Amino acid sequence: MSEGITPSQTVGPFLGIGLPWPDGPFVVPPGTPDSIVIEGRVLDGDGQPVPDALVETWQADPDGRFDHPDDPRGRAAAHGGFRGFGRSATDPSGNYQIVTLRPGALPCPGGGTEAPHLDVSVFARGLLDRVVTRIYFADEAEANAADPVLASVADPARRATLIAARAGDGGGTAGDGACGRFRFDIRLQGELETVFFDA
Amino acid sequence: MTASDERAAGRLALPRYSSAAGVHPPLDSPGYKSSRLRAPSQPLVPMPQRLTEITGPLLGAERVTAGDADLTTGRGGEPLGERIIVSGRVLDSDGRPVPDTLIEIWQANASGRYAHQVDDHPAPLDPNFTGAGRCVTDSLGRYRFLTIKPGAYPWRNHFNAWRPAHIHFSLFGRAFTQRLVTQMYFPADPLFPLDPIFNSIPDPAARARLISALDMELTQPDWALGYRWDIVLRGRTATVFDTEGK
Repeated sequence: MSEGITPSQTVGPFLGIGLPWPDGPFVVPPGTPDSIVIEGRVLDGDGQPVPDALVETWQADPDGRFDHPDDPRGRAAAHGGFRGFGRSATDPSGNYQIVTLRPGALPCPGGGTEAPHLDVSVFARGLLDRVVTRIYFADEAEANAADPVLASVADPARRATLIAARAGDGGGTAGDGACGRFRFDIRLQGELETVFFDA
Repeated sequence: MTASDERAAGRLALPRYSSAAGVHPPLDSPGYKSSRLRAPSQPLVPMPQRLTEITGPLLGAERVTAGDADLTTGRGGEPLGERIIVSGRVLDSDGRPVPDTLIEIWQANASGRYAHQVDDHPAPLDPNFTGAGRCVTDSLGRYRFLTIKPGAYPWRNHFNAWRPAHIHFSLFGRAFTQRLVTQMYFPADPLFPLDPIFNSIPDPAARARLISALDMELTQPDWALGYRWDIVLRGRTATVFDTEGK
């Protein structure tokens, strides 16, 4: 039932006034053991960077649980400072970055298992509504092969747009203390356009 | 995954959020020039709502400090312009209030200028106005901001293009599925028929839901006009999935 729902409008070019938080990219505090960095660029249909986008992520904790009353399983363990939610505005080159923990796999309501993933919202000038995608991990090939959402994307080339690749040697960089880096570019339009979902 | 997880999975009773089909603007809206290179060209892939979609960040009081809902103080002096109160309720489409949820707003000043480096509209900045505010809804889903009525401003979408005055709103609700960013407008703005962003919403009735109403109950005599605006997020219904019944 869509009756009465308030329609979406674009965030426009000045979202920087209201939405970025200093701790937005840090789903876990800097230096958290086992943290990873997910980073990439938001690109338009000409392959040009989108410098005025906002990328938000939402994910399960490493046990595959959500700190939320509608997760009927409750939490298995606390994961110090884990917020589940990340928010990163893009820089002038279209780069975003999220520092987080790897999510666990999730049970599906009807049986089966979802591979570890993050839900992603992208907001930008030119987007009249957010677009929604998912980040999966390249080193979870077995779990990915059994994932129902990935399976719903028939074309392997399109499916590949949902997989974050390991970047660099996992050594981390000064400041973020991360033990792994993953690259996930978001192509809003055109060749290799990222798969976007309607949930 | 543990055996207890598997058992739990068989009994997961998850809410389902209603469809917003036909409400939101189509991503590809040719009248809005910025959408041409940014709107996806492939159709959206339907995705059932599972655990990640029916949960979401429950951001609230910890993200807000006293005074965040008052955009007119805290900068040294009072900003210029027409002082207004903007207030309403956040509900879901089944009429239930959405309590304890973070609302973030941002807007131009009374001259139609944003305090942002990219805005080069030759209208004055106001040193007493940043145009950003936050609050958390109360137990009945109510929110309230004190601010300045924003001005209309030109943009480069087409020749002589002007945006109707608006305030940007960002809301989380209780689930990823409820996330909403939108704009609130003011009653009877003569720029409505000319604005491709406002008119990107296909249904005129849905469009009208973005327009606040002057409210003399909310208005404070000798102080500030009040504008009322309720925000409706996707509603939810409990749905039980039971694999044992299959």
